[in-house]
Amino acid sequence: MNNFRIRKYIFTKKIDQFFEDVYDASKFLLRFFKEAFKRPFHLNELINQCFEVGLRSLTLITLTGFIVGIVFTKQSRPSLSDFGATSWLPSLMGIAIIKALGPLVTALICAGKVGSGIGAELGSMKVTEQVEAMEVSSINPFKYLVVNRVLATTITIPVLVFYCSFVALLGAFVNVHIEEGSSFLAFYNNAFSTITFIDITESIVKSVVYGFTIGIVGCFKGYNATQGTRGVGRAANQAVVFSMFLIFIEEIIIVQIFDWIIYS
Amino acid sequence: MDKLQQHTINRDEPVISIKGLHKSFADLQVLNGIDFTLYKGENVAILGKSGTGKSVLIKIIVGLLKPDKGEVIALGKQVDRLNQKELDALRLRIGFSFQSSALYDGLNVYQNLAFPLTMNQKNISKKELNIAVERILDAVGLKDKMKQMPSDLSGGQRKRIGIARTLILKPEIMLYDEPTAGLDPITSADIIQLINEVQQRFNTSSIIITHDLTCAKNTSDRTAMLLDGKFAKVGTFEEVFNTDDEHLKEFYNYNFIQD
Repeated sequence: MNNFRIRKYIFTKKIDQFFEDVYDASKFLLRFFKEAFKRPFHLNELINQCFEVGLRSLTLITLTGFIVGIVFTKQSRPSLSDFGATSWLPSLMGIAIIKALGPLVTALICAGKVGSGIGAELGSMKVTEQVEAMEVSSINPFKYLVVNRVLATTITIPVLVFYCSFVALLGAFVNVHIEEGSSFLAFYNNAFSTITFIDITESIVKSVVYGFTIGIVGCFKGYNATQGTRGVGRAANQAVVFSMFLIFIEEIIIVQIFDWIIYS
Repeated sequence: MDKLQQHTINRDEPVISIKGLHKSFADLQVLNGIDFTLYKGENVAILGKSGTGKSVLIKIIVGLLKPDKGEVIALGKQVDRLNQKELDALRLRIGFSFQSSALYDGLNVYQNLAFPLTMNQKNISKKELNIAVERILDAVGLKDKMKQMPSDLSGGQRKRIGIARTLILKPEIMLYDEPTAGLDPITSADIIQLINEVQQRFNTSSIIITHDLTCAKNTSDRTAMLLDGKFAKVGTFEEVFNTDDEHLKEFYNYNFIQD
């Protein structure tokens, strides 16, 4: 008995697959919004996931943030000193770290650390039938696994962004203190003198959007993993690649929107 | 090995009724017109080679997959026409034991067993939970493994915990997907005994998906042989294999059966 027939494609296999993926991702996103506001709410699991997300990347964010602060300050100094403007370093660092570096560095670290973790964890649960086991026990796996994780990244990553920005500013201060001997108070007064409410808002908007992106992409890739352990590896890998790609796209869009708000 | 003991089967009370069931994946036709009835108190073993759609059949029964054509009525409800709430209510009455056991990796044995209860009975007290978990672990003979992680358990122990996790919700129907797959003959015999004990202790009706003839012979009241998407023969174990059909004879001859 031959049960197989040759499958026909509308365009080519890859193009058809791309549109199928976009359709699946849209459905997944809509389902998230539908389930997120529906009872029951698993508060304990949400807190547990927030803790996981925060804890998973805290050490790396501390180290990276501090190094970014030092290196960025060190490399900016020669350009400013050419114009005799090294006193502007704290305010330059303040605006650069709060508006751009803090959110971007944190998001990229979390995409690698948290996004891949979510992709691998859900992928592994999917291929070992743990997701189906929840379904047959009358537990909504989407609500329990996906919604809680996406909410956790959306809530926790903005907190990590502020933490990373603070640590990066601390790094910048260390460098400025060594080179110029400025005091902590003078540095922070200077650094925050140019930061406005809209800059803080931009940072918050970016971090919320990046947090949501990392969570939803990790969950989408993990929840739809197939083909055994190979699929788990692919889900983790794609979670990182797609999150990073989307984060850069979102960065461009958000910057444009806020520029338009500021200058219009 | 303990065989399934005499028990009452109520032939007037079907718990699962399947008519004209078809299911395909892309261009692959898996089930091609299945008609089948499971009665209250009955154990039926479904045999077939790998990839013949045995697991697909029970996944359709619990609504994990949708049929292309035909109807599946479980405990008086047409499964594919239920909304999510009705389906969840039905699933609480049907236990599903996975081939891989599907234990939650991140939870220990106690948490694995407590999880379905706490998620479905919001007001259950800690004391009630402990009693339920201890009782069910006692039933599967693994009371001393309560704090262990799934990765620390043997294949047979994982199967037992998987079965315990479904039994904790007190189902009326048990669906076993390859309960003895990947186990040594002694552990398989233990699982077969457990399936029979579950039937007697909890008075469940069961479908046992297997390609292990020893398991089918020792756990079932009736045996059904799935071939090319249809049941080639349904009857007692002896009736099914007392045949001239080449496919059935081939399947029988490749299996080593323990009485």
